[in-house]
Amino acid sequence: MIEAVQTNDRQPQSDTHWNSDGELEVLTFDLHGETFALEAAMVQEILDLLPETTVPGAMPFVGSVINFRGKVIPLADIRLAFGMEAAETTIDSRIIVIELNLQGEPTLVGLRTDKVNEVTTLAKTSSEAPPSVGMRWRPDYINCLVKRGGQFIILPNLQAIFSFRTDT
Amino acid sequence: MSMTDPIAVFRMEAAELFEQIESGLLDLTHRLDDRDQIDAVFRGLHTLKGSGAMFGFDALAAFTHHCETAFDRVRKGEKPATSELIAAVLAAQDHMRALVDRPMDDHGNIGDILLSQLQRAVEGDAPVTALVPTIQAEPAAVAVKSAGNTWRIRFSLPVNSMVNGTNPLGLLDELRDLGECRIAVNTSAIPSLDVLVPTDLHLSWDVTVTTDQPRSAIDDVFIFVLDDMQLDVETLTDGVAVIAEPAAVQAEQPVPVVLPVAAIAPATLPVPAQAPAAPAVEREVPGSNDARQAKAAENVRVPAERLDELMDRVGELVIAQSRLRQLASSSMDLQLRSVSEEIERLSGELRDTMMVLRMVPVGSLFGRFRRLVHDLARETGKVIELVTEGETTEVDKTVIERLADPLVHLVRNSIDHGLETPEERRAAGKDEAGKIMLSARQAGGEVIITIKDDGRGINRERVRAKAEASGLIQPGAALSDQDLLQLIFAPGFSTAAQVTNLSGRGVGMDVVKKTVETLRGAIDITSHAGQGSDVSLRIPLTLAIIDGLLVRVGTGRYVIPLSAVEECLELSLEEDLRSRGRSFISLRDSLVPFLRLRDLFRTGTKPDAHQKVVVISTGTERVGMVVDQIIGDHQTVIKSMSKLHHDVATFSGATILGDGSVALILDVAHLVAAGQQQEAQVRAAG
Repeated sequence: MIEAVQTNDRQPQSDTHWNSDGELEVLTFDLHGETFALEAAMVQEILDLLPETTVPGAMPFVGSVINFRGKVIPLADIRLAFGMEAAETTIDSRIIVIELNLQGEPTLVGLRTDKVNEVTTLAKTSSEAPPSVGMRWRPDYINCLVKRGGQFIILPNLQAIFSFRTDT
Repeated sequence: MSMTDPIAVFRMEAAELFEQIESGLLDLTHRLDDRDQIDAVFRGLHTLKGSGAMFGFDALAAFTHHCETAFDRVRKGEKPATSELIAAVLAAQDHMRALVDRPMDDHGNIGDILLSQLQRAVEGDAPVTALVPTIQAEPAAVAVKSAGNTWRIRFSLPVNSMVNGTNPLGLLDELRDLGECRIAVNTSAIPSLDVLVPTDLHLSWDVTVTTDQPRSAIDDVFIFVLDDMQLDVETLTDGVAVIAEPAAVQAEQPVPVVLPVAAIAPATLPVPAQAPAAPAVEREVPGSNDARQAKAAENVRVPAERLDELMDRVGELVIAQSRLRQLASSSMDLQLRSVSEEIERLSGELRDTMMVLRMVPVGSLFGRFRRLVHDLARETGKVIELVTEGETTEVDKTVIERLADPLVHLVRNSIDHGLETPEERRAAGKDEAGKIMLSARQAGGEVIITIKDDGRGINRERVRAKAEASGLIQPGAALSDQDLLQLIFAPGFSTAAQVTNLSGRGVGMDVVKKTVETLRGAIDITSHAGQGSDVSLRIPLTLAIIDGLLVRVGTGRYVIPLSAVEECLELSLEEDLRSRGRSFISLRDSLVPFLRLRDLFRTGTKPDAHQKVVVISTGTERVGMVVDQIIGDHQTVIKSMSKLHHDVATFSGATILGDGSVALILDVAHLVAAGQQQEAQVRAAG
């Protein structure tokens, strides 16, 4: 099927929902040594590793599916969207199940992570837009970077990452 | 979701009534004097009026009332049913639909125009059925109208009528609608408190009503309860004649009897002539209505989402049950095993019952086409006969709903492009009436719906020329006949030289193909010049559960829909080696191409020593699938794959196995196509 999926009108850079105090509750996790954060509101569940089923012919980015409570959901590896190498699973590996709106349809997706850290609150005041140069990653895949304790936490733009298509 | 919104309930009821009215009207077009159908239509209109008023659709009630009045005269035999009348009522019915859907909108004077059309159609010029001369009925009715008679009505209902759902208050309300009303209730029959059953009805009523409506309007109020009740009606106007007969007698002498009461006395005495015909009809009305109500009580309306939820639960149960079976089979505990078997049987039965719940007869779908064909025949000036077959074939409700639009496109297309005009047909030595045949039948796990016409057939040269012109194929490209015919489903393809109201815009046919494919179905076309075309949609019976064959390829397990599996055999070592060059096996003297799923899926593992071949087929074409191991049959609850995997055409869905892992379901049609393609390449190569 030729579905040249377009992001809804090239969404504005950020789809982050800071509350009125300029704060955001997030779940942080590690991927390839970097710390990422997802809005806690979109997280459904954190799972231990499950048996995966490879889907032959699918894009490597969503190369397999898992059984999440009787539903078959895709398992995505956003490492690949950020040009990182796929990694072996470790004892800390977890799957975060999130709900995303894909072309108007709420869709459950599992995300591979190396380690899930904590639920925490980030402040908008310490956030920055992704720099347009000097970054290995596609800037439109990142909502913002938040400084915290001397390191950066990456808020990925999942809408952009999952509204890709067929171009990689 | 609960169905508490009364307006929604009324809309559903109205939709059913429209269907009933429409099918009655369409039947009438063939047999203009079919009393049963006339009554059915009248009943439909009457109920619609009543419910409409009850739910506050006043515009609808008023409009329907006028239609009912007009149609009533046909029912009584005062006027013949003509095709003009039926067309007028059909048009009026469309307006009613609009009134139901958008009661708040301003519908302008459409209603008035329709009513005047209807009026003209009723008046007609054709002489009436000879039983009742027009001249007599007409002025009589008018006279009654102007007179404004006063009637005295005494009625009592059977004791159990409240239990049966009759609401006497509703009857009284309808009487009030007729005009100025004085109502007195007679409580003398009420027994003493200790023997009183609260649901029994012991009241009788004495009503004096002044109305400009004819006597028949009063009868109509009681039309549904007439059978069992006591009804006395007498006129008080001018203190004239007393017509007080119990309902049974009165039923045999409808309307005209009372007309003498009105000013123009002696003109009407057609009663004796009409009496023999009328009673049967009149008696039938309440009777069949009872039957209908009884039937309605046996049916329960359930929102489709609830069925889907139930389906999901049953699906999960089936999965849990197969886990239990695995545990039990590895256990020594006999009791556990017997419980497991018991549950296996129960969940299997539950699943089957569940499937039946979702099944609806195709007839409900075909019914819609009668109107379409009727309208198209008028529009195109072609004479069309619609034949339907296999209406009782049952298909999953979701499938039926999704098939409606594609079928409309196909039928329109057949009528517009396929069928010739009557002149052309005569010239070709064919019957003037073109035939469209809609049929459904079940074949294995599929239902096959065929739209067949006996028109001119598909002009292959035109199809080719058009496809070349629009760049769909290379000029002079070699195509199989089937491929060429399939081009009519390509997006943007249309052979109609002129764009008509019906078709020819090039949208539609590709939608047909898309819809059928999302239902995991396929389309076959055959066509013979001068003899017509035949389009068959092959659709799986259900979208929810299938029986599948579980196989292993490399480390992955896959499900092949069992309905497509023809046979399983071992790939002999000899054939395995030889087939490195050409992937064919000979199967009872015919060559079957095969695909190595291991290569297709790039498993990267070493093949098992004894490779198996699963031969699958879609109708005529067969393809072998080489797998590592055949595990066995497996009841499969189909789970759809997310949008993220829509680009993977090899799989039509996924399922959850007993151990909780996911297995993918192979898309047979796609694999067969891939196999055929490979075959073609091999042939081309050498």
